[in-house]
Order: sequence, then structure tokens, then C-alpha cells
Amino acid sequence: MTSQREAWVAELIELAGRDDRVLVLDGDLGTSTKASDFAAIYPGQFLQMGIAEQNLVGIAAGMASLGAVPWVATFGVFLTQRALDQVRMLVAQTGANVKFAGHYTGLLNGGSGKTHQDIEDLAILRAMPGMTVIVPADGAETRAAVRWAVEHTGPVYLRLARDSEKEVDTGGVLQPDHLVELRHGKDVTVISTGVQTARTVAALDLLADRGVSARHLHAAFLKPLSERTVVDAVGEATEVVTVEEHSVRGGLGGLVAEAIASIGRPIRVTRVGLADTWSESAPNDFLLDRYGLSPERVAERIQAAVGSPLGAAT
Amino acid sequence: MSTATKARPTDEELVRLAQRGRWLVLSTVSRKKAGHIGGSLSAMDMLVTLYFDILRRDPSRPDDPDRDRFILSKGHNAIALYTVMALRGYLPVEELDTFDQGDSRLQGHPDLLRLPGLDASTGSLGQGLAVGAGMALEARRRGKDFTTFVMLGDGEHQEGMVWESVACASRYRLDNLVAIIDRNGLQQYGWEHDGGPDSRFDRLDPWAGVDLCAVYRGFGWNVVEVDGHDIPALRGVFSAAKERRGSNGRPTVVMATTNKGRGVSFTEGQYKWHNGVATDEQLAQAHIDLGMDRVEAQ
Repeated sequence: MTSQREAWVAELIELAGRDDRVLVLDGDLGTSTKASDFAAIYPGQFLQMGIAEQNLVGIAAGMASLGAVPWVATFGVFLTQRALDQVRMLVAQTGANVKFAGHYTGLLNGGSGKTHQDIEDLAILRAMPGMTVIVPADGAETRAAVRWAVEHTGPVYLRLARDSEKEVDTGGVLQPDHLVELRHGKDVTVISTGVQTARTVAALDLLADRGVSARHLHAAFLKPLSERTVVDAVGEATEVVTVEEHSVRGGLGGLVAEAIASIGRPIRVTRVGLADTWSESAPNDFLLDRYGLSPERVAERIQAAVGSPLGAAT
Repeated sequence: MSTATKARPTDEELVRLAQRGRWLVLSTVSRKKAGHIGGSLSAMDMLVTLYFDILRRDPSRPDDPDRDRFILSKGHNAIALYTVMALRGYLPVEELDTFDQGDSRLQGHPDLLRLPGLDASTGSLGQGLAVGAGMALEARRRGKDFTTFVMLGDGEHQEGMVWESVACASRYRLDNLVAIIDRNGLQQYGWEHDGGPDSRFDRLDPWAGVDLCAVYRGFGWNVVEVDGHDIPALRGVFSAAKERRGSNGRPTVVMATTNKGRGVSFTEGQYKWHNGVATDEQLAQAHIDLGMDRVEAQ
């Protein structure tokens, strides 16, 4: 298994060799993000920008205006919280060709705790016009996303996880405004994103053993992901569950709920993710269990939804 | 290289352009009931000097990849930049009347997607120097010979991001980057006057008690002080700053002492004219103050 940060840097090393527009700008987290691997091979396409994320984003916007394709590499939380104004005005509002590698997102960031856990980035960036948001499932999809982002002109935020999860067979398809069907089923439609998709696959394996037949869709692009695409994918289902390593407010769950509300059909949407609370520093297994994201906990939530009459809260 | 084929304007011509620019700023804002006056008037002599004498730019080729770059980091003074660009031929002077109106290319803060010839979108303060430094870095990587100028306000330096960029430009020895500080000594509201010797106007200087030049020197910059209304001096200082490109040296900051609201009797040194709309009577006074009868007769 390749972690997403390893996949990210491996793909950039491959691209940079034949495209000298591709740069990596580091916010002094290079040994965490693996940008250091890139620097060792392409020192002329690597720029250390130090611990100054706002300037980091501005530098990238300036370089992009001359035709560079800069990858801004730091923890997601520093992009979407500390440098948000710069991301907004200098990049999203101008359509600058800047790529953001948001590392160490979600809860599992090596024990750094709530200061570094980015659980709001999807909500923030999904609300930002002009931004593209990709949340890959695994290493292979991360590599495809890096290629897509470099070929695409305009801002891209790539949400990356620190640690490896099981690989997911997404069929090699990566396209905007699209949901990939990973499993057929009739009792419930489950939509997941990012590395939480692998845990959701495991949860649905558990449920299959318990007699629950679930359909599973994976969202690699959270923006663009249109209401029409979500509504079409949900089809005639009446029981929908979203699963993400993010707040249940404003991310995938918010997106799906907004889309389904627009059609006025009685469908229940159960949003699995971090409740409206801060997390803490702890080992991964502890966090996944405590905050409801382990396969077992996800399975419990889905089973509870399937077993409840429509009209009841889950 | 359009400027090479044109005779350089005389100092007197630049002075007249600046006075006309001031009049256009004041009268446009008065008609449109919106816009920032004080900092536009303090920056006008520098903007005219840059656009008519210093910047290697051709209004007919706003996307020329080899043009000198200019970023107005203090983006709220957009009307001053639009005015100078209009006088320089980037847009019809009559188009200034669309300022801040619907569907206009002349947004309240500069929007590069709307108006060709703008090198950056600004408005939220403190961000322009980073963009300019990024341009300077990539210019050097690509072997480009242009210079990037960024104009900031003194109040704007209260934004912490400015200092991130000051440190970065020094670290990368960006001698193709020039910061210009329109040090007009006032901000929108600021602090109450304490009567001390540093208090130049009716509110305390944004950096009273702080030696901004020494701070820049401490960061490794080449610091040049100048009267921001002395056009002959500005021409010399800006030209010299451009010539430092390629010396593998330090970035240059031009610390320009200016008067907020410069040139109009009722706006000079008045923090309340950070923004404001002149009445007809005030416009008549400004017309006299700026010597517009003489300027328009030329």
C-alpha cells in the first residue's frame, strides 16, 4: 500500500522530469509531506518558503501568472484556515493556476490533535467559487488526481491523508462531477469520499455478512459535483448514508443533503462523519472508534438507518 | 520596448499629468459617490512617474510577457490606478465614469479578470508583495529581464503577511523586486494624536515610534528614502532601483514620504478624507487648488 503523500510526490517526480513548469513550494513540512523526496531529485523546481503560509500562497499566485504550475505543499489546515484569505482573493478569485496539496487532513495526522486536524476544509472550499476539490480514495487515485490537476488550468485543492488505507478499485476512472459505483445493493445507498471510502468498503463487507445489501458510490471530486449528478445517482433510493472523515456539516454530507432536498422526495440522508465537535490526539484506532469512523462504527450507523422507519431520525 | 521609441516626458509634463489625475480622481469619486480619495492623491505623483517614465509597458500589448509588472497592493486606491492607466491609454478617460458601477471593468478594487493591464487583483491588504515576489522569482527562473514594482501603504504594513514577504524577498535576493511605500502617515482611522514629534497630521502615524527604514534594513533590503511628491527625485530613485536588477543583491524599498490627500486644500493631511465624496463647492475649490485652469490650458 502506498500512502497518499507518497503517491503524490511520486507522481510529481514523474511529471516534473518532462515539464519544468511543475514546481513544489514547501511550507517547511517537506519531511512530513514527502516534498523532500522531490527536492532531492529536482532542486531547481523546489522552493522552500518557510513557515509563512500566507506568503507561500501569494508567491505561488505570482509564479503561476508567468506560466509556472506551482504545487503549494503544507498541511491542509494551514491552507484552509491560516491562508484562506490568500487562497480566496489571490487564487480562486483570479483563477490562478495554483495547485494545493492539503496534507494530513482529517483526524488521522500522527497524533497532532485538534490544532492540526482539518475537519472543515471541504465545507470551506466547497463554498468557494472557482475552486476544484479532489478527495482521492487511495494512492492510485491520488496519482491520477495529480496528473488531472496539472493538465487542468485553474485552482485545485487535493485533499490528502497521512496514513495508508486499503486500496480501492475505482476502475481507473477519475472525472469531475462523477460518482463511481463500487458495489451494487438494494437496501441503502452509501456515498463516501477520500480514504474513508476504504473503511466504508470494509463496513459494507461487515453488513453483507449481516444480510444488509448496500449500494456504494465513491466521490473523488467534491467540486464540481452537481446536484443533478447526485440526484441521478441516488435514483429511486429512499435510504441514503454519507460517510466522510470530515465534519458532518458542509462537506459530502451537506452536499448530498442539499441535492436531495432540491427534488422534494421522501429520502432520508444519514450523515456519518465528525459531529459538531473537536477531536483530540490519539492513536488512529482510538480516533476512528471514538469519532464513529471505524468500519464497525460505520456499519452500526448504516444498519441503524436501514432498520428505522422513514420519518425517524437516525 | 515601447518606451525606447518615445521621448521621455519632461518633469513639467509629469507634474501636469499628476494634477490632472488628482482632478479626475476627485471628480470621478464625487460623481460616482464612492471611492478612496486620500491615498489616491498621495500616490498620484508616483503612479504617474511609473506609468509615464519608468515602467516598460505598452498599453496596446497589456499581456506582453516581458513587461515590467506593477501591483497596487493598497487596492482600495484603485481609482488612482485606473485614472493613470486611462491617461496612459489603457482605457478611455470617459470610461472612468463607469467606476464602481454594474458591469464595469473598473471594480471597487482592481480585478485582473475584468481589466486588461492589471497584473494582480488586490483589495484585502498585505497580499501584493507576495505576488510580486512570486513574479520576481519566476522571472529569474525563466531568465526574464523585467522588474516588478509593488506599491504598499504604510498602514498596510500592519498586516503580518507583509513581513513574511519582506523576509522571503530578502532570502531569495530578489533584486528584480521594488517595493514602494506610500508613507502618507495616516490610515482609515488609526490612533488618537498624542501630540508627540512623530505626529505629522491629525491622527498618529501608523508607525509612530517605529523606524520602518531600519526594520527594512534589518531584513536585508536596500532602503531609499524620497519625497513622494518630488517627481524629478522619484524618476532618479525608481530608475536607480531598476538598474539594481541582476546584481544578485538585495530587493529595494522606496520609502516615499507623502501627504495623504495631497494637492487639495481640504483633503491634505485629513484622515477623514481616506474616503469621501466632494460637494460641488469643494470640487470648485479643488479645481483652483490643483491649478486646473492652467493644466487644462496646456
